[in-house]
Amino acid sequence: MSYKVKLEIFEGPLDLLLYFIKKDEINIYDIPISKITDQYLQYLEFMKLLDLNIAGEYLVMAATLMHIKSKLLLPPEEREAEEEEVKDPRQELVEKLLEYQKFKEAAAKLDIMEKGRKDIFKRQAPGDILSKDTQVRYFEANIFDLISAFSKILKEMPKETFHNIVKDEFTVEEKMHDIYHMLVARPKLMFTELFKDAKNKFEIVVTFLSILELIRLKEIKVYQKHMFDEIEIIRNTESMKPGIHSSGAL
Amino acid sequence: MTDNEAKRIMEALLFISDKPLASEEARRVLKEFDAKTVNRLLDELKSEYGYSKKGFCVEEVAGGWQLVTDPYFAPWIRKLYKKEMTDKLSRPALETLAIIAYKQPITRNDIESIRGVSIDGVIKTLCDRNLVKISGRKEAPGRPIIYVTTKEFLERFGLPSLSHLPRIEDFHLESKEKISEEVQDAIKGSEKKS
Repeated sequence: MSYKVKLEIFEGPLDLLLYFIKKDEINIYDIPISKITDQYLQYLEFMKLLDLNIAGEYLVMAATLMHIKSKLLLPPEEREAEEEEVKDPRQELVEKLLEYQKFKEAAAKLDIMEKGRKDIFKRQAPGDILSKDTQVRYFEANIFDLISAFSKILKEMPKETFHNIVKDEFTVEEKMHDIYHMLVARPKLMFTELFKDAKNKFEIVVTFLSILELIRLKEIKVYQKHMFDEIEIIRNTESMKPGIHSSGAL
Repeated sequence: MTDNEAKRIMEALLFISDKPLASEEARRVLKEFDAKTVNRLLDELKSEYGYSKKGFCVEEVAGGWQLVTDPYFAPWIRKLYKKEMTDKLSRPALETLAIIAYKQPITRNDIESIRGVSIDGVIKTLCDRNLVKISGRKEAPGRPIIYVTTKEFLERFGLPSLSHLPRIEDFHLESKEKISEEVQDAIKGSEKKS
């Protein structure tokens, strides 16, 4: 046989204290500490009985209540009494309770406001017609992105390659021109496509160096959509000066 | 372009927007108009809709303007459409949200001290639902994270801006001075008794 117990759900020790105060119509500015402490401890006992986990905050509050109670029992010290401001030991707790009460009411108000919104319908997203100039946001790729993309390409290179003996087939200068002219024809190049037709490691290295050099000369910019994403190469329109043609060797 | 033309353009923009249209966005389209004029025209549009008693109106919310239906017609709309109900916020979530809304920017510690309980799970829910976000760190020992509410928060509660939150001063009847006064009185009273 089992019992079902309906427990008021409290949001914490402050909420529980406010409940006692409201239930017994206690004047919050003059809390009978002794009575409240007993009630509070009884409630904790009850929670224990129900095998509920008592959060640490409840225990801290129990200690605070007992501390206030003991302070009230002791006669005020002579020196303290002489001072003009006699601070009620309860004051801090009262302020906390009032502050909490304020936000509890604010929360209730928000709840009402939210409910008021349920009768208001707004336009539905008209789907794909409206892609409010959703430019894909890019961020500039850094040197490490370039290097890791480069090492990926090196790894993907077939192990067995035929060694054609070609004398200085590729130079950085030529490659730079190649890339630059490709970008004149097309607005955007994929990093990997530059290496697609590379015949050997040497060409890959030369191509990579050319990219680095073009970046250094501010002729191109490299971007990626996401971290570790494919790197895209575009022309740096900010510097359209014909620097590339005059720049000599590396 | 005349004001009236600009106003019609904004009306068209409002018609297709599924999010509140901010006046800066309207200005991106109507470059020759200054912010003041754009705001005035949007306001005029709002009152035009208000006067003419249409099925929908222009509402000012979350720093922008938006076309929404008159709540009066909700029963009829419901016959045709179901509104996707957003999950209701739990009481702890609402309380925490209220504290952040009024006290922002605020650290987790300050929130916990007001609520008297830990807010671990709650703050995560609020962040996940985009109602609050981390705005930075407080220049204090430990550089704790500080939280603020988002635009979605304003939208959800139908607020044009944070200054439109219900005045918190109205919630508690007595001011702090009064508290200590009463406490002092109580002390005097108990002293007399003893």
